[in-house]
Amino acid sequence: MTARPSPFASTAIERHTISILVDNEPGVLARVIGLFSGRGYNIESLTVAEVDRDATLSRVTIVTSGTPMIIEQIKAQLGRLVPVHRVHDLTLEGPFVERETALVKVAGTGEKRVEALRLADVFKARVVDATITSFVFEITGQGEELDRFIGLMAELGLVGVSRTGVVAMSRGPGGI
Amino acid sequence: MSAATNETSLTGADIVLKALRDQGVEVIFGYPGGAVLPIYDALFQQNDIRHILVRHEQAALHAAEGYARSTGKVGVVLVTSGPGATNAVTGLADALMDSIPIVCLSGQVATHLIGNDAFQECDTTGITRPCTKHNYLVKDVNNLARTLHEAFYVAKNGRPGPVVIDIPKDVQFAEGAYRSPADSMPKSYRPQVKPDLNRVEEAIDLLAKAKRPIFYVGGGVINAGPVASQLLTQFVRMTGYPCTTTLMGLGAYPASDRQWLGMLGMHGTYEANLAMHGCDVMVCIGARFDDRVTGKVSEFSPNSVKIHVDIDPSSINKNVRVDVPIIGDAAHVLEDMIRIWKARGKQPDKAALAEWWEQIEFWRARDCLRYDKTPKIIKPQYALERLRAAISGRDDVYITTEVGQHQMWAAQFLPFDKPNHWMTSGGLGTMGYGLPAAIGAQVAHPDALCIDVAGEASILMNIQEMATALQYRLPVKVFILNNQYMGMVRQWQELLHGGRYSESYSEALPDFVKLADAFGGVGLRATEVSQVDDVIAEMIKVKRPVIVDMCVDQKENCFPMIPGGRAHNEMLLGPDEKVENATPEDGMVLV
Ligand SMILES: Cc1cc2nc3c(=O)[nH]c(=O)nc-3n(C[C@H](O)[C@H](O)[C@H](O)COP(=O)(O)OP(=O)(O)OC[C@H]3O[C@@H](n4cnc5c(N)ncnc54)[C@H](O)[C@@H]3O)c2cc1C
Ligand SMILES: Cc1ncc(C[n+]2csc(CCOP(=O)(O)OP(=O)(O)O)c2C)c(N)n1
Ligand SMILES: [Mg+2]
Repeated sequence: MTARPSPFASTAIERHTISILVDNEPGVLARVIGLFSGRGYNIESLTVAEVDRDATLSRVTIVTSGTPMIIEQIKAQLGRLVPVHRVHDLTLEGPFVERETALVKVAGTGEKRVEALRLADVFKARVVDATITSFVFEITGQGEELDRFIGLMAELGLVGVSRTGVVAMSRGPGGI
Repeated sequence: MSAATNETSLTGADIVLKALRDQGVEVIFGYPGGAVLPIYDALFQQNDIRHILVRHEQAALHAAEGYARSTGKVGVVLVTSGPGATNAVTGLADALMDSIPIVCLSGQVATHLIGNDAFQECDTTGITRPCTKHNYLVKDVNNLARTLHEAFYVAKNGRPGPVVIDIPKDVQFAEGAYRSPADSMPKSYRPQVKPDLNRVEEAIDLLAKAKRPIFYVGGGVINAGPVASQLLTQFVRMTGYPCTTTLMGLGAYPASDRQWLGMLGMHGTYEANLAMHGCDVMVCIGARFDDRVTGKVSEFSPNSVKIHVDIDPSSINKNVRVDVPIIGDAAHVLEDMIRIWKARGKQPDKAALAEWWEQIEFWRARDCLRYDKTPKIIKPQYALERLRAAISGRDDVYITTEVGQHQMWAAQFLPFDKPNHWMTSGGLGTMGYGLPAAIGAQVAHPDALCIDVAGEASILMNIQEMATALQYRLPVKVFILNNQYMGMVRQWQELLHGGRYSESYSEALPDFVKLADAFGGVGLRATEVSQVDDVIAEMIKVKRPVIVDMCVDQKENCFPMIPGGRAHNEMLLGPDEKVENATPEDGMVLV
């Protein structure tokens, strides 16, 4: 008797964006993070904020990577946490949008300052703070886009970066 | 919700007791301290709930586990803050690994002191988060009743496990509203118990076509209640297929039945492991492909189609990839399997099955549990065979164990025909589990024969519980297979570390007969074969706590054994078989 080909046979590492709806109660984030550290799963990015005040629900968005079998295990482990309502693997469930915001501080004068401003314009980054010698840019987009912008700023007097981590949502009218 | 219940204002401590009563709790295991005094005071002023005072909080957890496993109910524990809670951690981790339903209440310092390093403060919810199924810190007395009821729901539904409720002392004094259990369902936790029937159909098709099938059954069937064991037995007999059980599954299928191949895994039988290795369709019910069972995963049952029934989706495809996952409660799934098997008029492939059984009988004929009989020296296996003879035919015997060789021999040599009569620490492997677990089982079954099969090293880890047994007149029997070694450690050192017995010999042991006496129990000793039967008979006859010091062969090893990192077909059957070329590098690192 032969086994059917299994979707978990692959050992290739995949990147998945997982969205979970949880009760916004004390310790819930510690549970999620403890699960990842305790079982040795990767966290590339994790964001959390309340999304429904009346129902006290928060949404956690996690970007993680692993073999298909590990990803499956991560979702099953998340699903059995008591305060978790729903687990969605956006990567598997169809098209979705993924966004991240960064604040990028650049200090400099003269040619470099002008070039920073010009590049910010190209990347559609907004100036949210300015002094004679510095800017804080706000940029929103895909992670790689942010990476590229920050990489360019490194040459032009980058002082510091603060990133939100990834938030994501499925495309179309359906929930999550 | 009735308005009346909602309006009554009670203190937090009274809410705790009322909630326990409403949950049908009859007994709790605990140990007092400053942070739980209000609850102890409320306990004092009522008679419905019995409190068993243990001598160490770890033992309270194990006793509650023994109580839970032998009754199918939730075990309840009460401990104080700080050291009370930290002492409870081992027992919580044990219950989590073995899926035992426990509710553990802990005291906490007053809410306004939390985080201040107050006297006997520890971050109980932080410390116990990874070793509980769920935990709570209750800061508002008006949430207390709901939280207590929710905790019971979470502990016993889905895959069972331990739940901690940390209750600050001011919350125990504060007055608040009570809520009924029906009014306290968790918002999100609803485990799936009914399976996807398409999957069950698929499984039945595969099973009916199988030429070399096997049932691989685990503790989940015990978790699903006695009815699951009955359904399993019915289904296995209907098909005529062989069945093996894990350490945690012993008793789920009658051990006296020909279709049972014994336990599988590291110290499982030759026939069970080879049948697992050679099968073409495996149906795993309520077992979790533990490393002690699979051996080398890449060579585990290489040519089989695997069906896995489990209530916890995270058990599926965790260690071993399966072909037909079925999520649901074992009893529900077995009921559907039987119904569909009958409805579709399925028949096993008689010719193929006869051939398969012929092969299995050939393996069984190796008689892998055979050991050398000695005229004088007591072999541990012999002592257990005599114990088996002495208890055969009784259905009121509950066996617990400590951890080590004696545990494996107990699993191999004692007869388990029914579920809930065997309690052992499988997942965590906690030395010190057996005596308190036997106490818990004895509390639940006062007239039964509760025996802790122990090692002389393990028993010292919770020996203080003899005092508990005495206080409550619990006639538990501690049956020590005394080899003066941490035998299981010595066995690994012999096989894998060149016989360098580093720290595994007990230079100084107590005189266990005198020790029994000191506690107020009865001590018995056998040093040669001729004394074994008399000592066992006396142990059973005496209606008091007994310690038996069964002085056994110090050098005996437990076989069969699959060394770490090896496959099922690389089993060692006896002392004459050496680990070929030592164990592979990757096997050496395995525990
Ligand atoms: C020294 C030592 C040696 C050992 N050697 C062996 C050995 O040789 N062989 C062996 O088998 N074990 C051995 N063990 C035990 C081993 O470590 C594991 O504890 C054991 O194999 C696990 O048993 P299990 O697979 O039945 O799972 P359990 O731990 O009993 O888990 C139960 C499974 O069933 C599921 N479940 C729970 N409730 C339900 C329900 N209602 N319906 C359906 N599913 C449910 C759970 O989700 C879980 O996946 C040894 C332990 C020690 C300490
Ligand atoms: C609390 C704890 N510490 C250490 C171990 C590791 N360990 C497993 S078996 C064993 C020896 C047990 O000796 P004994 O109780 O005499 O049993 P035997 O193997 O001799 O039958 C040890 C130390 C454990 N399982 N639990
Ligand atoms: Mg020993």
